[in-house]
Amino acid sequence: MTHRRKLAAALVFLAGFYCLVLFAGFFVPYDFAAQNREMPFAPPSALHFVDAQGKFHARPFIYSAQDASQEATPSDANTQRPYPIHFFVRGSHYKIAGLFTSNVHLFGVDDPGQILLMGSDAYGRDQFSRFLYGGQISMLAGLIAALFSVSLGTIVGGIAGYYGGWIDEILMRGSELFLALPWLYLLFAVRAALPLRISQWQVFLLLVAIMGLIGWARPARLIRGVVLSAKQRNFVTAARGFGASDAYLLRKHVLPQTYGVLLTQMTLLIPQYVLAEVTLTFLGLGVGEPMPSWGALLSSLQQYSVLSSYWWMFLPALLLIPLFLVFYTAADALQELHKSVPL
Amino acid sequence: MAKVPLRKQRVALVLGIAFACSFAPAAPGQANEGRTAASGPTEERMITDNAPGHAGGRLAVALRSEPKTLNPALAEDEPSRDVIRCLTADLIHINRSSLKTGPALAKSWRVSRDGKQYTLQLRRGLRFSDGQPFNADDVLFSFQVYLDEKVDSSQRDLLVVGGKPITVAKLDDYTVRFELAQPYAAAERLFDGVAILPRHLLETTYRDGTFSKAWSLSILPSQFAGLGPFRLKEYVPGQRVVLERNPYYWKADHAGNHLPYLDEVVFSFVPSEDAQVIRFQSGEADVLSRFSADNFAVLQKQQLAKGYHLYDLGAGLEYNFLFFNLNDLGSKNVPDIAKKQAWFQDLRFRQAVSSAIDREGIVRLVYSGRATPLWNQGTPGDKLWADAAIPHPPRSLDHARQLLQSAGFSWNKDGSVLDPHGTPVEFSILTSSSNAQRMKMATIIQDDLSQLGMKVQVVSLEFRATVDRLQNTFNYEAAVMGLVSGDADPTADMNVWLSGGETHLWHVGEPKPATQWEAEIDRLMQQQLTTLDYAKRKQLYDRVQEIVSENLPVICLASPNILVGASNRVANFRPAILVPYALWNIEELYIR
Repeated sequence: MTHRRKLAAALVFLAGFYCLVLFAGFFVPYDFAAQNREMPFAPPSALHFVDAQGKFHARPFIYSAQDASQEATPSDANTQRPYPIHFFVRGSHYKIAGLFTSNVHLFGVDDPGQILLMGSDAYGRDQFSRFLYGGQISMLAGLIAALFSVSLGTIVGGIAGYYGGWIDEILMRGSELFLALPWLYLLFAVRAALPLRISQWQVFLLLVAIMGLIGWARPARLIRGVVLSAKQRNFVTAARGFGASDAYLLRKHVLPQTYGVLLTQMTLLIPQYVLAEVTLTFLGLGVGEPMPSWGALLSSLQQYSVLSSYWWMFLPALLLIPLFLVFYTAADALQELHKSVPL
Repeated sequence: MAKVPLRKQRVALVLGIAFACSFAPAAPGQANEGRTAASGPTEERMITDNAPGHAGGRLAVALRSEPKTLNPALAEDEPSRDVIRCLTADLIHINRSSLKTGPALAKSWRVSRDGKQYTLQLRRGLRFSDGQPFNADDVLFSFQVYLDEKVDSSQRDLLVVGGKPITVAKLDDYTVRFELAQPYAAAERLFDGVAILPRHLLETTYRDGTFSKAWSLSILPSQFAGLGPFRLKEYVPGQRVVLERNPYYWKADHAGNHLPYLDEVVFSFVPSEDAQVIRFQSGEADVLSRFSADNFAVLQKQQLAKGYHLYDLGAGLEYNFLFFNLNDLGSKNVPDIAKKQAWFQDLRFRQAVSSAIDREGIVRLVYSGRATPLWNQGTPGDKLWADAAIPHPPRSLDHARQLLQSAGFSWNKDGSVLDPHGTPVEFSILTSSSNAQRMKMATIIQDDLSQLGMKVQVVSLEFRATVDRLQNTFNYEAAVMGLVSGDADPTADMNVWLSGGETHLWHVGEPKPATQWEAEIDRLMQQQLTTLDYAKRKQLYDRVQEIVSENLPVICLASPNILVGASNRVANFRPAILVPYALWNIEELYIR
């Protein structure tokens, strides 16, 4: 597969995924906060085509889920009742992009049945719904914060590396100071200074700002190194000899060389930021209950009881692996493509 | 001033409860002349009623974190206290299984008719774990230390009765008399947890004013002595503390065996509950206490295969509750919250919230059913004091709506509650993110109240930040908290119910009672304190519980069961619902 194709495939996948996440309300059957207190930690519903009598149904159906914490009662009449899956059903209300309200869901089953593609969590909430909704904050905040970090890093690192001398000294010592700051305590202070309740938008901005700010120093140092070596390459010296301006040199010759580092940093930072959100939530700076986020979904795996008893709680983590792999693939392909473009 | 009563993980109100004793570095030359091993009177041992066991073996216990000190007067965290309890002894001890007081270092005592004078007979011929004799001077010295304001011991609060510190006088070498300023119902229980210190080791440090540094973790085993069943053998920072059998211990079983049976107790430090559970499961720890119902379920599956036994002792003395910020916010710059206090102060609003809460759901989801729903502070574990007559109204959203309506609240088109001025009802519930259970409770309440049309947000902050808001800045709207009574006696929770108390969480340290019913609680609590007759005290305390359940300063939610586990090798294991649930009778434990 050529790099171009690889890139295209990855981008299509990502676009599809972002679509799913953005229109989560439509693709999931339930509201992310809807609790079913009868069914904490229910396993995923199995899709059936053949019923107990051996009859085949073209429309898949599920049997109502069981509370995993209770002993299974095999003769329970309820487990025998099939709930066929319907498409474009009406259910809970949701908003798309904060603008349109709708109550049509892609699929669902009749009440009181509950279709749980990924099982339910400690409150009996549908994990699948929470996973897609969780992406709204995590994917976007992760991406934007990573972009923010890397751009800030590029500007600082680029200037420091290119101009060198005292500018370099100041900027790099500054970034070292930044790395050495006791962030945990600063974050306590930040939380104390903020109002008690933080709206969802504020949380989003906070996540982006904090993660972006904390993360810029490392890419900046890397980029400074690349720029430093790039500006001494012969063709750069030659271009300067021909009278090229600093801006031209940076744009045309130096910064393109940092491309690879930038992409790698981006792809490394995004998953890191998804996890960083767990810590921020602990400090009261992240997404609080009942709002879902990927960090929160993953953090439930830190409990021994969950880890050892409910395998379906791993599903969000398993789904994130291919997603991050696609990110890497996209970055990889971009880098390769970039290399093959003649300078 | 009491210590900050809210502690990490579990907010424990430790009043009136046991510590154990220990001792401090000795000044050489200070060792008492007259106290040689051969001279004293014959040892008056206490005979226990446990099934006789056999000597030997080591018990492994995993502590949640490293103890902070071995000084009984300064220890405030549970790990420190757990270790100190094994090293020290008190004069009168609360038997954790009967919850009644019984003789310990004092073999008997007399109470004067007015209830103000306690004359204690000490056991003769006892020795500290370094072989030095024990007598009334050690008792006098210990109480001098605990009562010293400069030492700032958390036991001091308990020993101040009716505003005046208890006084201690030595009548002879083995008789001491305690005088109280007023009759005090729970006087005998005060002695539990006041560990007797060895004067011969600690007096010089105390006189030097360096007591606060005495018996820190860097202590050498030879500088330490106590009257507990074990003595210090080794301390490995960051890893473990090892105790060995105290050969001078003053208890024996009825077959004549000297207690304790165990040769060694090893407390290793593990970082989390999950790590403790895994250690216990793999057999590396013999005893496990203070763990969640989720982990109970995990452990239960392998109970037979792994050779341990789990105990569900039923409700303990912990009560979890939701409360609203009713503090006087005049001096604090939080106008938004002050405005919302108009709702919080309305009893019907609090009743509506209480009526909308699904306590059964909390029991099921938060504690996997291993808890009891609560409507007032008397937990079912507090058998002697809980008021059984308190009504337990079932959850009713209709009733909640009626209450809100009668208080002038209304609903708009999309179902949100509006207050009488048309402002939507929105508030946040503060909780500490280090306590998973309380976070869950808050999340459930959030959902319950959203069904009523209230927009509630759960705000979880790190523990210290939470306490700071609750106790100092009052910058919160509502909160979910829990308290663990240190003793099965109403006096243990004086600080919570007295309007001036520091743990009077909804309105901390009121200069004077803000409401009539708070004034009544003050009066009742003071009265029960000086009433010696149980039946009369019970009546008074029942009334307090009634007032609380009627006025809902705290909306009680649930009381978790006490869960304990022990390896099948450990015999005589008798867990109890009072702290320290598992190892309170460590001297009676033996390895099968």
